[in-house]
Parts: sequence; C-alpha cells; structure tokens
Amino acid sequence: MKNNIYDKYLVEEKMPTMWCPGCGNGIVLQSIIRAIDEMDLDPEKIVFVSGIGCSSRAVNYLKFDCMHTNHGRAIAFATGIKMANPELKVIVLTGDGDCASIGGNHLIHACRRNIDLTVICMNNSNYGMTGGQYSPTTPLNSFTKTSVYGSYEPPFDLCDLTKSAGATYVARCATYLPVQMKDIIKKALNHHGLSFVDCASDCPSLYGRLNRLGDAGEMMLRWKDRLVSVTQSQKMSEEELKDKVIWGEFVNKSDRMEYTDIYKENIRRAKEAAHE
Amino acid sequence: MTMGSYRIMTGNEACARAAIASGMRFFAGYPITPATEIAELCSELLPKEDGVYMQMEDELASIGAIIGASATGKKAMTATSGPGFSLMQENLGWAYINEIPLVIVDVMRKGPSGGSATLPAQADIMQTKWGTHGDFRALVLTPNSVEEIYTETVRAFNLAEKFRQPVILLYDAVLAHMSEKIYVPDKDEIEVIDRAKPASKEGYNPFRYSDSSVQPLGHFGEGYNIHMSGLTHDETGFPVSNQDTTGLEILIHHLFDKIDDHYDDEIKKYEAYLCDDADVLVVSIGITSRSAKSAVKKARAMGIKAGLFRPITMWPFPHKDLSRYDIHTKAIVTAEMNNGQLNQVVIEDIDRNQKLVMKNLYDGNQIRDIDILNSIIEANKYEK
Repeated sequence: MKNNIYDKYLVEEKMPTMWCPGCGNGIVLQSIIRAIDEMDLDPEKIVFVSGIGCSSRAVNYLKFDCMHTNHGRAIAFATGIKMANPELKVIVLTGDGDCASIGGNHLIHACRRNIDLTVICMNNSNYGMTGGQYSPTTPLNSFTKTSVYGSYEPPFDLCDLTKSAGATYVARCATYLPVQMKDIIKKALNHHGLSFVDCASDCPSLYGRLNRLGDAGEMMLRWKDRLVSVTQSQKMSEEELKDKVIWGEFVNKSDRMEYTDIYKENIRRAKEAAHE
Repeated sequence: MTMGSYRIMTGNEACARAAIASGMRFFAGYPITPATEIAELCSELLPKEDGVYMQMEDELASIGAIIGASATGKKAMTATSGPGFSLMQENLGWAYINEIPLVIVDVMRKGPSGGSATLPAQADIMQTKWGTHGDFRALVLTPNSVEEIYTETVRAFNLAEKFRQPVILLYDAVLAHMSEKIYVPDKDEIEVIDRAKPASKEGYNPFRYSDSSVQPLGHFGEGYNIHMSGLTHDETGFPVSNQDTTGLEILIHHLFDKIDDHYDDEIKKYEAYLCDDADVLVVSIGITSRSAKSAVKKARAMGIKAGLFRPITMWPFPHKDLSRYDIHTKAIVTAEMNNGQLNQVVIEDIDRNQKLVMKNLYDGNQIRDIDILNSIIEANKYEK
C-alpha cells in the first residue's frame, strides 16, 4: 500500500530495524510519525536529534533531517539547532541511559531554560545496546547483567525529575497504550516550551529475560494491571500505588516564557542599549 | 576607499572582534580562565548583530550546541582552555567525522589538569593534533601577536568553511591578556569566505568521498533530508555495515585527502626569518617565538648566523619547508613552554649530523630571549 505513513516518513531500504523482536521502540517510533502525520506538520521544518543506544538508532529509519550524535549529548546539539533557527521543530529521541545518566546534566538544563524541544525518552529500564546493564531507571532489586544479585541503585522517576527542573510539559505513556501515546506526543509537539515524554517500554531480549518476565507478549500484558492514569491515581493510597506506573500528563502549563522568546527579548534589550 | 583603524586591545578582544567580523553569529561557551573574556565580549556584542550567545552547562554542551548551530547554517565558535578543551574532545571527533565547520579557541594555561589557571603554557600542541580518538587531520593555527590573533581568527573561519571541518586557534594566556596596538581592518578589507551552497536538493548527499573536494553543506531545516551520524557512514550519512571494510576506509581517506591535497596552496603558513643562510635555526610558536626572534637578532649582532622558523599553521606541520631551510644548518633550537612537544615534531626533519638543542620552560614563566640566545650560542659550537 503506497502513500501510507510508512512510505511518507520512513526509509524503506533501512528495514528491517536493528531492534530485537518485541522491542518497544518501534511502537514509540510509530506513535511519533502518526502524531506528525495527524498534525500535518511540514517535514522540512522538523529535525530529529538522537544520542546513543537502541532508542537513538530510531533516526536511522526517518526521512527527515536527522542528527545521530554522541552518547548523552543529543539535547546539547538540539539546543544549538533550535537557537540557530527557532522556526524548526526539534525532536530529541533518547533513552533512559542516554538522557538520565550520561546526558542528565543537559536534560535538566534544557528543562531549566524551558527551550522549545520535545524530548521523547524510550525508557526500557536498562542499557540494551551494550547487553542489558542497569540504568538510572532500573527498578530496585531487579536483575541486569551488572546487578546479578538485584539492583541496589535507587532509580529516577524521570517525570518527577523533569518537572522539578522546570519542564512545562511532562507526561508518561506506555507502549501498551499506543493511541494514547500518539495523542500525548501530539500535545508535546504542540507545546511551546520544553516538553518531556517518558515512554515506558519493554526490552524482552535482555531485561525481560533476565527478570523471567516471559516473552514480548507476556511482558506487554503485564502493563495492563500496572498502568494507572493520573486521574485514577489521585483516588488511590500510597499502598495501592506501590508497583503501579502512573501515566498521563503531570505538567502542562504556559506560565513561563520559552527560551528562544526570552533570547529575542535579550536581542531587543541589546539593541535598545546600543541606541542610548 | 574605506579604511580601518588602529586600536589597542588584548588578544582575547581581538579574537572576539575578528570572529564577529568574519560572520560568526553563534557562540556557546563555558567560563574558563584565561579564555573567559572572549565569551564576555561575545555576550555583549552578538545580540546587537542578531547573533546568539549561549552560556552552556558545560564544555561538552558548548561544542554540542555550536555543532548544531553550524549544521543549521550559522558560523559558530567556542573558546576555552586546556581543562575545557579536554572535555570537548568527544564532540570534536563528531565534528571531524561529520565535517562540520567550527572554530575552537584554546587559550593555553599551565597543566596538566587544573594546573595553574592564570599562568601561560604551550603544552596543548599535541592535544590539538591527537586529542580525540580515531584518525583525522587537525587544522591548528598559532598566532604570535594580538594583531595576528585578529588575522588568524579570520583565516580560521575561512578554512573551516572551505574545508568543512573544525579549526583550532591555539594561543597562550600571555597573548590572551596582553594589550597591543593593532590594525583593525574595515569590513571591506576582510576577505570572508562564506559557505558554498549545494547545487540541488534532489538526490543530495551530505558527504562526498570520491575526490578530495568537500561536498557543500546543506543546512538543517531547508529540505535536504540530511542524515548525520557519529558512526562510520557512507556519502548518504547513514552508517555503513562493519562488514564493508572498503566503506569504512573511504571516510578516513577523505578526512586526510581534503586537507593534504590543498595544504601547500591554501593551508600552509609560516614565517621564515633570516633562515636562508642560517647555521642555527630556532623553531618556535606563539609568544615564545617573539623571544626567539629577539634572540636571533642578538645572535646575528654577535656574528652568529641564526634564523627563526615559526609555523603559523601548526598542524599540519610545514615539514617540507622546514627541511628546505634546515638542510644547511648545523643545529636546531626548539623553544617552547612545555617539557618537549615541538622538539618531537622537528626531530623528524633533522639528520644525525645535526644537533637538536631544546629550550623548555614549564614553571609558568615566559622564556626570555637571553635564554634562547644561550641555546643558540651552545648550538653554534657544534661542528657538523
């Protein structure tokens, strides 16, 4: 079937993807291109920037201007692109290790600036590309190649982190909810300011296998009982929320100026000072 | 005809002003002694030119941001010193492999590590050539006066645009902070090379490896569908398979050929002062070369045939030209503020009948002309 969204936005000759069967990254990538298509955005004015890891390989399949950068540095490169041409829609594709560990500093500073980037994190709770080591989002006591007795590293909640750092749109979704994921990404892309979307995803080949969570299908079904919407969660006790994953919007506000707009104001001031 | 003007300014001021005169409209940096004044002046001047000054969270982000800006069409620069330059190495490698025009200023201070922030040194010579991992050809310029910082900054931007790659401007804390009278050329007097535009968007590839010319860089956001990756890639910018060893090699060849094939005519630059009949040749760069020149004059007054060979394009080093002069000399003196880097380069150009005398100082002081003169006198005693 021609003229479908795959032909329009994906590079056919790069298929099949390098992702393992059952990997959640394909669902995230599909949600992104569906969102772009439904919003009818001009593909020429969209730039994808990624770092290193399974998530970041997504740019290999995209028919857009793409920059596959160094590990953790995608947001820094993206900041330069956005500041050089604020007309562009700049989307950062990253993973939990890429944006919360090695690139954590760039993430929080982009949130602090509230620069108009959309950061989409494919969060699969481990370093997949290097064979399944624990990451900053690996749940306590779970097994990875570097936590064979159970992880002893307290994990980050990336939505709490970006919210505290000043992001003006923060949401979480899961590969179990692809339609909702697409809708959340649409809102993130529409948002003027730093938007962060935490996409809870699965790595059946490594994290799943090491924690005996079954195959990709079984792992997917596990989300059914674990996902709780923000609205539902407000009626639940802390005890009831244990082991649950809250999805939905955590922050959606426009009370802070966006960074490229702030910078335009700086230019105005500089020119005014030159006149005096 | 419009004319420029004579002004008194520091090396760092000359660098910032020359960058803006060259069309630089994007500076991202992180404060560090002794380079900070470049950032300060850029933060003041760039907004007036609709340019961007960004103070990033660290040096890794600084060079990341200027790479992004350059790919989006801005002439971009950062300025740092050794500790920050060390942090920039990974993204610098990304800029080499993706052939991104950039100018990086490294104002050298005494190292290693934090070293002595306010004391000068010339110990980053090798780091500018080999700093990041992998094979690539570095372009490094080493001015020796405030006026030359101005002209070499302009040349750095032109070389970066012409050969699509990072260019490093390397000078030390003394040149950064000393004030000198310089000629500031008028806008019309400065030759500014702007980026070549691709002929067409249709079937555009961001890279060309078939010959030593560089592919014009299409900008992000203009409909070229550009793919760039830090992974070994082919002309399309997409990663090549690790099984395709020819593909892996072609990229490296190109990074060398595009510089080497144009080196003699367009990149090489050095000063040869009284070199033609010299018995003793002093090789020196930057601030130390000024003491060296004074020492050469004093040696000549004493009847010693001394000369100064000063690379202004430090990397790639003008080996052929130094060899041409040093073939008749009996000894070479290297003078540098480190424990031996330039001498390792020069040793390639001398034969076993020639003597190498090293004058090194790495206590944070400058090398005086009298000290270099003593080295010249010692070298002159040697019988070939």
